[in-house]
Amino acid sequence: MKPPKFEYHAPSTLDEALALLARYNGDAKLLAGGQSLVPLLNFRLARPAALIDLNRITSLAYIREHDGHVRLGAMTRQRAIEFSPVVARRLPLLREATRWVGHLPIRSRGTIGGSIAHADPSAEYPAVLTALEGEVVARGPKGERTLSSGALFETYLTTTLAPDEILTEVRLPVMPEGAGWAFEELARRHGDFAIVGVAAAVWRSGGRVTARLATAGAGGTPRRLRAAEEIVERDGLGAAAIEAAGRRASELVEPDADIHASADYRRHLAGVLTERALKRAAERAA
Amino acid sequence: MSDRWIGKSVKRVEDFRLLTGRGTYIDDHPPIGNIHHAAIVRSRHPHARILGYDVSKARAAEGVVGVITGDDVARETKPFAVGVTTPVHYYCAATDKVRFVGEPVAVVVARDRYLAEDAAELVDVEYEPLPAVVDPEKALQPDAPVLHDKVGTNLAGHRRLVYGDPERAFREADVVLRERFRFPKYGSTPIETYGIIARWEPDGICTVWSNFMGPFIMHPLTARVLGLPENKLRFIVPTDIGGSFGIKSSIYPYIALIALAAKHAGVPVKWIEDRREHLLASSSGTDRVAYRELAAKRDGTVVGMRFKWLDNVGGYIRSPEPGCSFRPTGNFVGPYAFQHLEVDASVVMTNKSLTGPNRGYACGHLYFETEGMMDRLADELGLDPIEIRRRNLIAPEQMPYRTPTGGYYDSGDYPAALDKAVQVADYADLRRQQARARANGRWFGIGVALAVDPSVSNMGYVATALDPEFRAKPEYLPKSGAVDAATVKIDPLGRVTTILGTTPQGQGHQTVVAQIVADELGLTPDDITVVDEMDTFTRIWSISSGTYSSRFGSVGTSAVALAARKLRAKLVDYAAHLMERPAADLEFRDGAVRPRSGKGPSYSVKDLAGRAHWNTESLPDGMEPGLQATAVFGFGVSRAVDAEDRVNSSNTYGFIAEIMAVEVDRRTAAITILKYVTVHDAGTIINPMIAEGQIYGGALHGLGGALYEELKYDDDGQFLTGTFMDYLVPTATEAPAEIEIAHIVSPSPLTPLGSKGLGESSSMTVPAVIANAVSDALRPLGIRITELPMTPSNLWEMIRQAGDRGAEPRASRAGHPRPEPDSRHSLQ
Amino acid sequence: MTAATVRLTVNGAAREGRCEPRKLLVDFLREDLGLTGTHVGCEHGICGACTVLINGDAARSCLMLAVQADGAEITTVEGLMRDGRLHPLQEAFREHHGLQCGFCTPGMLLTALDLLRTNPSPSEQEVREGISAVLCRCTGYHGIVKAVRAAAVTLAPSR
Repeated sequence: MKPPKFEYHAPSTLDEALALLARYNGDAKLLAGGQSLVPLLNFRLARPAALIDLNRITSLAYIREHDGHVRLGAMTRQRAIEFSPVVARRLPLLREATRWVGHLPIRSRGTIGGSIAHADPSAEYPAVLTALEGEVVARGPKGERTLSSGALFETYLTTTLAPDEILTEVRLPVMPEGAGWAFEELARRHGDFAIVGVAAAVWRSGGRVTARLATAGAGGTPRRLRAAEEIVERDGLGAAAIEAAGRRASELVEPDADIHASADYRRHLAGVLTERALKRAAERAA
Repeated sequence: MSDRWIGKSVKRVEDFRLLTGRGTYIDDHPPIGNIHHAAIVRSRHPHARILGYDVSKARAAEGVVGVITGDDVARETKPFAVGVTTPVHYYCAATDKVRFVGEPVAVVVARDRYLAEDAAELVDVEYEPLPAVVDPEKALQPDAPVLHDKVGTNLAGHRRLVYGDPERAFREADVVLRERFRFPKYGSTPIETYGIIARWEPDGICTVWSNFMGPFIMHPLTARVLGLPENKLRFIVPTDIGGSFGIKSSIYPYIALIALAAKHAGVPVKWIEDRREHLLASSSGTDRVAYRELAAKRDGTVVGMRFKWLDNVGGYIRSPEPGCSFRPTGNFVGPYAFQHLEVDASVVMTNKSLTGPNRGYACGHLYFETEGMMDRLADELGLDPIEIRRRNLIAPEQMPYRTPTGGYYDSGDYPAALDKAVQVADYADLRRQQARARANGRWFGIGVALAVDPSVSNMGYVATALDPEFRAKPEYLPKSGAVDAATVKIDPLGRVTTILGTTPQGQGHQTVVAQIVADELGLTPDDITVVDEMDTFTRIWSISSGTYSSRFGSVGTSAVALAARKLRAKLVDYAAHLMERPAADLEFRDGAVRPRSGKGPSYSVKDLAGRAHWNTESLPDGMEPGLQATAVFGFGVSRAVDAEDRVNSSNTYGFIAEIMAVEVDRRTAAITILKYVTVHDAGTIINPMIAEGQIYGGALHGLGGALYEELKYDDDGQFLTGTFMDYLVPTATEAPAEIEIAHIVSPSPLTPLGSKGLGESSSMTVPAVIANAVSDALRPLGIRITELPMTPSNLWEMIRQAGDRGAEPRASRAGHPRPEPDSRHSLQ
Repeated sequence: MTAATVRLTVNGAAREGRCEPRKLLVDFLREDLGLTGTHVGCEHGICGACTVLINGDAARSCLMLAVQADGAEITTVEGLMRDGRLHPLQEAFREHHGLQCGFCTPGMLLTALDLLRTNPSPSEQEVREGISAVLCRCTGYHGIVKAVRAAAVTLAPSR
């Protein structure tokens, strides 16, 4: 299990990285935290002609609050997110979800940009991005564009990013004061990818409830559970409404089976975990 | 002796080097000149005919010094002898056909592993794909693809063993119960994988370093395959082995393969198995389909059982298989007194990887089925599961006990151990908790499982696989035995070195041996240096030698104690000569030879050592110079299988009684262990800390097989669990937080220290106890666990199929009491 | 693929080696620097046997290229002893039988060290979650959990 040969570049600026990406014309892979890509190399399931290592581009690692958003540079380590006071204060859902990402030694290297661009449907960050209606910024030769979660994720391990584009930033709207949140997940073991995970946030303003729900592991892409959100937005955060939202959630997802779980079980779990997540989020909400 | 070291939790001498990164595992082996590295080309097909090889591109690749294929293997090696009489030709790599995904087909040797893997990708093998079969029952259908043309069927072996009169027992029984069970294929996946270094010496000797658990029977088998006399094949194990749990006993075909590659390449060759190779093609326990029948009287007395087994050994049969069926022959009846048994064992080959010993070898299967049947009987008769077992246990007065299958249980008090488990678990209170939990609609269950824990296999059991007619032939050589050797020597300054031929994989032999020798010679463990690596050229060993089947605590420690006693006797004789007194007047006490009377001078070990080494003139006539003694310990109870298929398949027999309480989440079907009590009787415990370490570890292996681990294939033979993200090894969060361990001590009359093995321990009971606990939890739904692993998804599907809508997220019903269909558990 | 020079600090000492860019950090540590205390167990980041500290943070050395460690400060198990004495965490592993075969131990120690640095007084559940990053097949984790909790107490005053 040793990687095949590849050319290796470690540019120190984004522009150099973009130039290299263009030069290899689709045959190069971007190396971020490497926690998914290096295993693929070791198994020789990925055979890029070149690796473009983004780890020396220090300008891609930051957490900044700006204009009602938290902006996270794509190379921000999951570990930095876990221990960031800004994230704890403004994006407690992201912080909680981070604890579900692998293990601490994985989070030491793994990055938010890498996790999202890898587009594993069982991963936690894509679900959070989806639930919080965040955006990602992609830079390419023709400049920058921003994409919503819906515009980004295409299917399993596939995004709409062009081969010459680099995901540079993740922007998440600051959660309102008093918002409640929960990330619920069931995995076979601690630290595994989710069988199903549910990200939830709820807040009240002016007598109105706003709810945000998205899944991991319940289909080829993270799924926003809008129709379930509407139930609690309409009927409030009482037990009956939360249960109804859970039932609705399991109708909204289209999971597949794999060796860890059947599709029906995943569907069922999407409901159970939605209910649990909403309940816990509601308890936390002011 | 005022104070004994045996029985103390002495801290391990091994730890210092292992904690500081100074251990020496096979991959850390000191440099060998000009060493090259191997990569193995493996089959991607589950079943295919090999039409040809093209290795030209691989040979031309950077850094490559040699390539061998199945053609070379077929030409230059012999197939391995197998444990059955059917003509299965098992070579160290595929020669005519591939029979499972991952089977070796070629080896590339290059300057480093990276280059070897590059070149391995360039080996072209032309295949004609064939249909595959992975299910042992389907493999025996007439239309199933046949793996071995010469065998003509996928049945590698079949035995019907009859003990007593099962026909009559079933005819006259009040109750007959039947059940089908499935046990999964899993392995203990040691964190250190296999590793081999092979070097051919100019004098024709082949030296192999590997993290093998043998040599045992595999050394002669491998020598024969390579066409070498045994004294030209040298096996050396490194100081440290990173776990094995039986798995590394199956490394020997690779030893032959890498040795052949080294011969062809003309350089020393190193191969370290990677994790993908390990999961694909190392070794595992068998998956089994079992049909069980139980005959009992109305009072709960079991009178007979029938076992019908289909054991799936994969694409070939690799020794010591079919131990999967026969290793527990002597303890087939477990702790129960019934006398009538029929065993119908089919050993089936399918397109899966090969099998072999895995911690608890064959006993996890055995007790999963037997203990499941005992619970069904309890159910049937409306008795408590503890009570039904009590009524059937072999009584302590019957010890030593000869089982109907030939086992000789050396000691034990099974009812006392069960009572202890009941008491430690506070079983009555658990049942009260259960009643309350059920009243609240919770799925709370309590499981019980018992096991006779066999240690030190008698090699003779393997012949149970052969027909008595075959064994009766004059040319047939009977097999029996379980032997280990140890040497104790005292240097001129009175310090002791003990030399073993064991191959510990984490069991702390150096620590335990130092304790024993310290006690025997009145020294402290610090005075003893223990050398324990096997080297077949320098150690004393026999065909059963090795560290497997929980041998060390029983046979290994016995050899050490006897060697030390032999040396002690020599010290007494020598001192008697120096003191000009009869030896009978003297005794060895507190590290010195002293007059029994307490009057007169004494000679310390140090004093005697100095004199004996420096001045041989001081030795009595006829005394061998030097202060050393070697003992080879063998069990008199190890006999060959008899004409009625009775065999004492192990030599010492411990006992395990376990109780577990679990809760199954009504929504997610996830299982939580609420209580787990395990009581062990392994005779004298030499180091309680190490003994309990074995129990904690064994229990988690059992739990892994019960809930997480399975080597899975699809119906077409493609392998589905080739990574540690698919093959799920339990982590610290899955391990039960609270394990309550208790001991009963029934010293073995067969070993000098009274000790028995317990290395496999709870790996053989946990699948049974947790399955019984989950069955009990799901009793309100009428669900009985008959298959493992119990994944949340599988369990939820079962619950759903049971038609219980409570399993659905219907909040309106959740939390409401549910009617209890069976209230028999309102125990006193 | 041309060889690259890697300069880094390992256990406080400046070290240097040349290797192909594809060489994994764990292989570089073991083969080029002779630090065989770091073990290879799965090469896909699950077993954790190869865990080392990279600039103070625990990380898998099988999921990093050696060239990526250029300029980094690395601590391996060989660097835990001070003045010939075991580190209190190593001492606790010995005291509580936190190891049997010892193969996962280096990764376990460095993972636990990182855990105790980020959470100096973890609960039992937090210890279990922390060390769930490393697979052990011998101990059932029992002695390891005890050892890490005991080390947390020992290490507390020095913080």
